[in-house]
Amino acid sequence: MKIRILLAIFFLIGGAAIVGPWISPYGVSEVSSARLLSPSFTHWLGTDLHGRDLLTRLLYGGRISMLVGLVGASVSLLVGVAYGLTAGYLGGRIDNAMMRWVDTLYALPRIILVIVLISLFDLKLKGFLDATPLAFLAPHARLLLLFVALGLVEWLTLARIVRTQVLSIKERPFVLSSRLIGQNTPTILIRQIFPQVLPIVLTYLTLALPAVILEESFLSFLGLGVQAPLASWGTLLADGASLLNPIHTPWWCIVFPSIALASSLLLLNFIGDQLRKPQK
Amino acid sequence: MTTFIIRRLLSSIPVGAAVVVICFALVRIAPGSPFSSERALDPATKHMLEAKYRLTGSIPTQLFCYLSQIAKGDLGESLKYRGRSVVEIIGQSLPRSILLGSISFLISLGLGIPLGAWSAARNQDRAGSILNGLAILSLSIPTFILAPTTVLLFSFYFHLFPPAGWGEPNQLVLPAFALALPFVGVCARLVRSGLLETLGSDFIRTGRSKGLSEPKLVLLHALRPAILPLVSYAGPLAAGILTGSLLIEETFAIPGVGQFFVSGVINRDVFLVSGVVLVYCAFLLFFNLVADWLTALLDPRIRLYS
Amino acid sequence: MNFCRGIPGLTGLFLFSLLLGGCANRPRADLIICNGAEPQTLDPALVSGQLEGRLCSALLEGLLRRDARGKAVLGTAEKWTASPDGKIYTFILRPNLRWSNGDPLTSSDYQWSWIRALHPGTASPYSEILYFIRGAEAYHLGKSPADSVGIETPDERTLEVHLDHPTPFFPALTAFTTYLPVHRATVEKFKDGWTRPENWVGNGPYRLLDWEINDRVSLKKNPLYHTPNRVQIERIDALAVNRASTAFNLYSSDQADVLLDKGMIPSLILPELRGRSDFHPGPLLATYFYRFNVTRPPFNDVRVRRAFALAIDKEVITDKITRGNEPVAQSLTPRGVPEYLPPEGLQPDPETARGLLKSAGFPDGHGFPRVSLLYNKSELNEQVAVEIQAQWKRVLGVEIELRNQEWATYLRSLDTLDFDIARSSWVGDYDDPNTFLDCFVTNRGNNRTGWSNPEYDSLLSKARSEPNPARRLQLLQKAETLLVTDALPIIPIYHFVGCLMFDPNKWGGLYPNLLDEHPFSEITKRTP
Repeated sequence: MKIRILLAIFFLIGGAAIVGPWISPYGVSEVSSARLLSPSFTHWLGTDLHGRDLLTRLLYGGRISMLVGLVGASVSLLVGVAYGLTAGYLGGRIDNAMMRWVDTLYALPRIILVIVLISLFDLKLKGFLDATPLAFLAPHARLLLLFVALGLVEWLTLARIVRTQVLSIKERPFVLSSRLIGQNTPTILIRQIFPQVLPIVLTYLTLALPAVILEESFLSFLGLGVQAPLASWGTLLADGASLLNPIHTPWWCIVFPSIALASSLLLLNFIGDQLRKPQK
Repeated sequence: MTTFIIRRLLSSIPVGAAVVVICFALVRIAPGSPFSSERALDPATKHMLEAKYRLTGSIPTQLFCYLSQIAKGDLGESLKYRGRSVVEIIGQSLPRSILLGSISFLISLGLGIPLGAWSAARNQDRAGSILNGLAILSLSIPTFILAPTTVLLFSFYFHLFPPAGWGEPNQLVLPAFALALPFVGVCARLVRSGLLETLGSDFIRTGRSKGLSEPKLVLLHALRPAILPLVSYAGPLAAGILTGSLLIEETFAIPGVGQFFVSGVINRDVFLVSGVVLVYCAFLLFFNLVADWLTALLDPRIRLYS
Repeated sequence: MNFCRGIPGLTGLFLFSLLLGGCANRPRADLIICNGAEPQTLDPALVSGQLEGRLCSALLEGLLRRDARGKAVLGTAEKWTASPDGKIYTFILRPNLRWSNGDPLTSSDYQWSWIRALHPGTASPYSEILYFIRGAEAYHLGKSPADSVGIETPDERTLEVHLDHPTPFFPALTAFTTYLPVHRATVEKFKDGWTRPENWVGNGPYRLLDWEINDRVSLKKNPLYHTPNRVQIERIDALAVNRASTAFNLYSSDQADVLLDKGMIPSLILPELRGRSDFHPGPLLATYFYRFNVTRPPFNDVRVRRAFALAIDKEVITDKITRGNEPVAQSLTPRGVPEYLPPEGLQPDPETARGLLKSAGFPDGHGFPRVSLLYNKSELNEQVAVEIQAQWKRVLGVEIELRNQEWATYLRSLDTLDFDIARSSWVGDYDDPNTFLDCFVTNRGNNRTGWSNPEYDSLLSKARSEPNPARRLQLLQKAETLLVTDALPIIPIYHFVGCLMFDPNKWGGLYPNLLDEHPFSEITKRTP
């Protein structure tokens, strides 16, 4: 019952994000002279420094942020779980080598990966997409690269956590008996071990999604994330952060994007919690 | 045990080497030069500088020069902060980051574990949900919003602590909290999840039926296996927190080492970045070792090496 | 488990010792200034930034120096004379000048330091500012030996400089950072490490007491300075702060006494600060402008460039975005340079803009190719870009893309002309229009537009060898008119404004001025 309510709220918000910018009387990048207005009847959530309606941008940004979060978290899930399962189960030297490679990648500053990825592949990807039927994606080449970059960052911790769990699970009696009856390794991994890891994976997923979205907002803050005129909650938060000062802060520019982000993440977490329960 | 440590240390050396090599190569591949500025530099001067720091030629050549330099114990000089060696820069900034980071780490665990445990124990009622919600809230607000907001609130509104600076103990409070806050949430969530799993298992039911009180049950028996995921997470967490964060250091004017991870890349200051990354790598390896050892200690079922 | 009990105790002890070590117990300096970001170097031959220049001017002194109002006054020289043709300048040093370690300071110190700055091995980024001296450029390019450079030292207190062309602003130029002297023995002994506090030797009003990276530079009054009575403040700390909000917070909580840079003040609150007595704005010799890449269509067509220039409403930018009451820029050189009147430039004119675009083949923006506006995301570049993008769309019907790159990539795109329009800024090195206009001579490194105009080049070279100052400025004005009204490889947007923040009841000797010179030695403490 509870999960239905939560899912309903989630889809409501998602629906608003998808439909909202279409029905809004304001454009997403519509600059106007109505700058930094506090919330009113004409602009329900106020306007930003360029006179752009904050509600419209928030809904539009929701699309991008959710997309970023989902794709990034999915990439990290796929890669991380597969890697951790393999390393933990195989154990010994292979596990050691695989975990050392994780350590290597973990130590690299993410920002240099993002910079190199974007600068090396941005124009090439644009050119490549232009030549294919996917040409409509070409202006968003940077965004696609960002998905990849973000996904490649988060899988490391998940792999580590999964591997530690597997180390413990694989010694349990039911695994040993599966081996005895002759099940091959992939079957054991998928049928026996993976369901045991699923709870912690789901929990971590609900941590990874916000982590990806927050990582994107940090990159936007540095100027490497979602590009203008696209807006994401990350860029809205970054814009808002530049407006903080001890004298006179336009609180709506900071509070509303923060509420949007926090409540979506809260929602996702509660959904994740509910999804875990049947496993008991 | 000793074999395990030695083996781990030995396998760490190629990791360290691989990290430095990849990092160096990436920074050199990235477009732009460490010597460029808004004012154009004439090509002769640029070439002179590149020759001085042995950054001419192909990337493998530059790498070779750099690695042979490291082998002699010289981590090179910063390209942006002229005349300062990387060892000197790290030597001055790292202790400050470690000090701040240690306090933050203790706060993360000290607040995160009780928060998670409590919310798991009280899972059935409102209190548990609220505590859970608090945990999630602390990790959903980005640091670049959270940190300035804590400054506005506790420094300018309540006049409790100075807003920035380094040198007095009371200047450590706000940055330590701001640095720790997102991780409080993560720790709480991991502990809560682990506990919820454990609290439903057989041996806990046995303990309950034997008449053990709930707090004792949670703390003495359930926590030990439940805390394993947190221990895995705490390894990288310690390494990351102790090497600081750009946002915290810039917001609170802390002369730590965390900013070099970002500013070094932006400045293409390849020796500084590689040096700082090497230090981070060493921390990671050390704390992962400790985490793995603690894991084995807590769960006898795990065999670290077969 | 006994071992575990010891852990909290050990950790506590460890932290406590770190705490003691980390927090050095220093008494607060007399004056704390937020100087900007961490200085890259304190070696005057290697300095290219203003914040480093400020520190160098406190630690070292040139033949002339700048006073609190930015005027060039005598420094270590007690007088100077010029030859009738304006090509030879003779400086006489004060008697009994000393370095901070007691060594005598002589004219050969200046000669050695200038040659060192020109030496190719030093790789000075600002060696060009010495090119006014005869033979300097050839020496820097390795084409001739050191003794061909026109610097003579007839005796210990006399320095004779031979210039290529009459340069009336040359004496003022010797106040510039690259012209500051360095102590030969120290530099030769310690090489790159000579600027360390324990090695440092200088001749300025202050000595280098301490230098903690990313924290502060600590200065102490130099007792061996030639006029120590002029220097009022005993101990100064210059803090390294990266972020405007942090600097402002430090100032608001009295942890810093003076903010020296508009970059240290969050632009949003500038209008609120305007009435306050501790807010001191003033014009700066710096301009924010957009560059065109004139080697690529469509901006190789001057009509298109002109259309884009006429379509911008610069008032909105300075009023709503930068908010510092910046003067709108119609020329490249800001007003205020003595004796020089910059040209009128172009006034915004949407109608003509549309007409020009139509005649170039893009009526109402139809068929306009995909172009992008390049900028780096710091300060207000993105906000300005978003505004101007909207203006161009509204007035011309053209939709340009925004292209944001991080710093090093952005600089590389500028250098390789990999852009259509790019944001830029330029700060003048000395109060003469030549510092701005020289950039756009053909093939200059700072040109970065691909623009080349023989008439412009010849005007500037005529001005260089023109002995009559008034006529020289006329030639420069003609060149600038060509630049900002006719050919338009750039669109000037606004001139920067400097803001100082300090309490006038507590501090004096700080005046906003065009060159943004705020010598530490001139700051005084007012007793209430």
